[in-house]
Amino acid sequence: MSEKHQGYMKALKCRECGREYPLEATHVCEFDFGPLEVAYDYDRIKKSLTREIIASRPKTMWRYRELLPIAGEPTVGPLVGFTPLVKADRLAKALGIRELYVKNDAVNYPTLSFKDRVVSVALSRAKELGFKTVACASTGNLANSVAANAASAGLKSYVFIPSDLEQGKILNSLIYGSNVIAIKGHYDEVNRLCAEIAGKFGWAFVNVNMRPYYAEGSKSMAYEIAEQLGWRAPDHTIAPMASGSLLTKIHKGYQELVKVGLIADTQPKVYGAQATGCSPISTAQKAGLDFFKPVKPDTIAKSLAIGTPADGFYALKVMRETNAAADDVTDDEIRDAIKLLAETEGIFAETAGGVTVGVAKKLIASGKIPKDSSAVICVTGNGLKTLDAVDGYCGKPREIKPSLREFEALLAHEEKVNA
Amino acid sequence: MSKKVRIPTPLRKLTNNEELVEINAANIGDAITELQARFPGIAERLIDEKGEVRRFVNVYVNEEDIRFLQNRATPLKDGDEISIIPAIAGG
Repeated sequence: MSEKHQGYMKALKCRECGREYPLEATHVCEFDFGPLEVAYDYDRIKKSLTREIIASRPKTMWRYRELLPIAGEPTVGPLVGFTPLVKADRLAKALGIRELYVKNDAVNYPTLSFKDRVVSVALSRAKELGFKTVACASTGNLANSVAANAASAGLKSYVFIPSDLEQGKILNSLIYGSNVIAIKGHYDEVNRLCAEIAGKFGWAFVNVNMRPYYAEGSKSMAYEIAEQLGWRAPDHTIAPMASGSLLTKIHKGYQELVKVGLIADTQPKVYGAQATGCSPISTAQKAGLDFFKPVKPDTIAKSLAIGTPADGFYALKVMRETNAAADDVTDDEIRDAIKLLAETEGIFAETAGGVTVGVAKKLIASGKIPKDSSAVICVTGNGLKTLDAVDGYCGKPREIKPSLREFEALLAHEEKVNA
Repeated sequence: MSKKVRIPTPLRKLTNNEELVEINAANIGDAITELQARFPGIAERLIDEKGEVRRFVNVYVNEEDIRFLQNRATPLKDGDEISIIPAIAGG
């Protein structure tokens, strides 16, 4: 392949042994099964990507496209990203930290989760490689994003999900005309099946054979955070962990910005959040281990319910090397945190957001994240997709007749109760 | 009846593109030894220098991860199906 057709990518490289592979739809090193990762020509990127050039481009994640693994222009999801970085003063006060922001991917375009970032990269690359059918194994959000982005790009899609998913997430894939296959089993079983299917049909499986490209899309969250803070990395970033990939890519994103000269190296830390009912990575981190033990998930945070996290080793490594930490929260703590975020900042996050806010609260309370510092909480999905999780936990509307007298009586009663 | 091993795509170059291989081993450890005897080079892809299953290799017996069973000592009986699958990303 000529340089022109590779963009700023050099090769796929095994993270374990460093062996290089051509920039095709392949994800595993043939020698040790290590994951392949895209290697870039950072010297060239440094020369062509400046703050001024970035500022001149549209406010989408593609303003950093030299650092994303496609050869040409993005053809799928050109409007994804650049979600709000909300200065969360009321939540900061509630959690007892000096400066706090919420990176709000609950309003990412078009399917209201951070998955639009990874999917637009994976599908743009899949089109470059000539694929006509795309697929994924998903806990819901990824399926929604693959279904929607494939529809708008005119690609055929198959999405594989655990059959016990939230109704909202199932409908949110079906509506786009995707082939939705529900597997009687948990995500790890869906994953295993998809690994077997991917080898067989020659499709672009975004999180199997397209994984090296797909996973890189998450870095854009870090680029945006740094730019939105005025080109600096926050001291602390808290991210949810399912496979552990997002955490490692946010860290990589900050490091790359340092490497290409866009921010100073302030050694930002990235903390991992899990649900107690599926906490293989946080359990290992708290025990000081560099490996995790797979678990069978049981949590309302279904989008994080991966018992065998593929990037768990690397997430543990990043936290160890940056002196960061992980923690986990129970289902009740997740619901409380969803409510806290909604009531303080007007942001309705899905269960994974409750996990991240809940863990941020714990890390600040324990002093692992110092009170006199700045932190960013990554909210990765929208509460409207997991309504089942909070149904019955946020009260009920009070019903009255269309009568002023009844309303006045209701207010008087409440004033008495609240007095 | 014997046991069957599903060979993942990255290893099929070693098995002359055979996708399903029949074996007679009595446990997972022996199964890897048996595969190695027939397809030289396959064991080092699956086992690290300490003799453990590589961390990015997931091995399943009838759809159950061997880490929930007895790891390399997991017994095999006739008709069992073994899958070797690289770890994959989140969703």
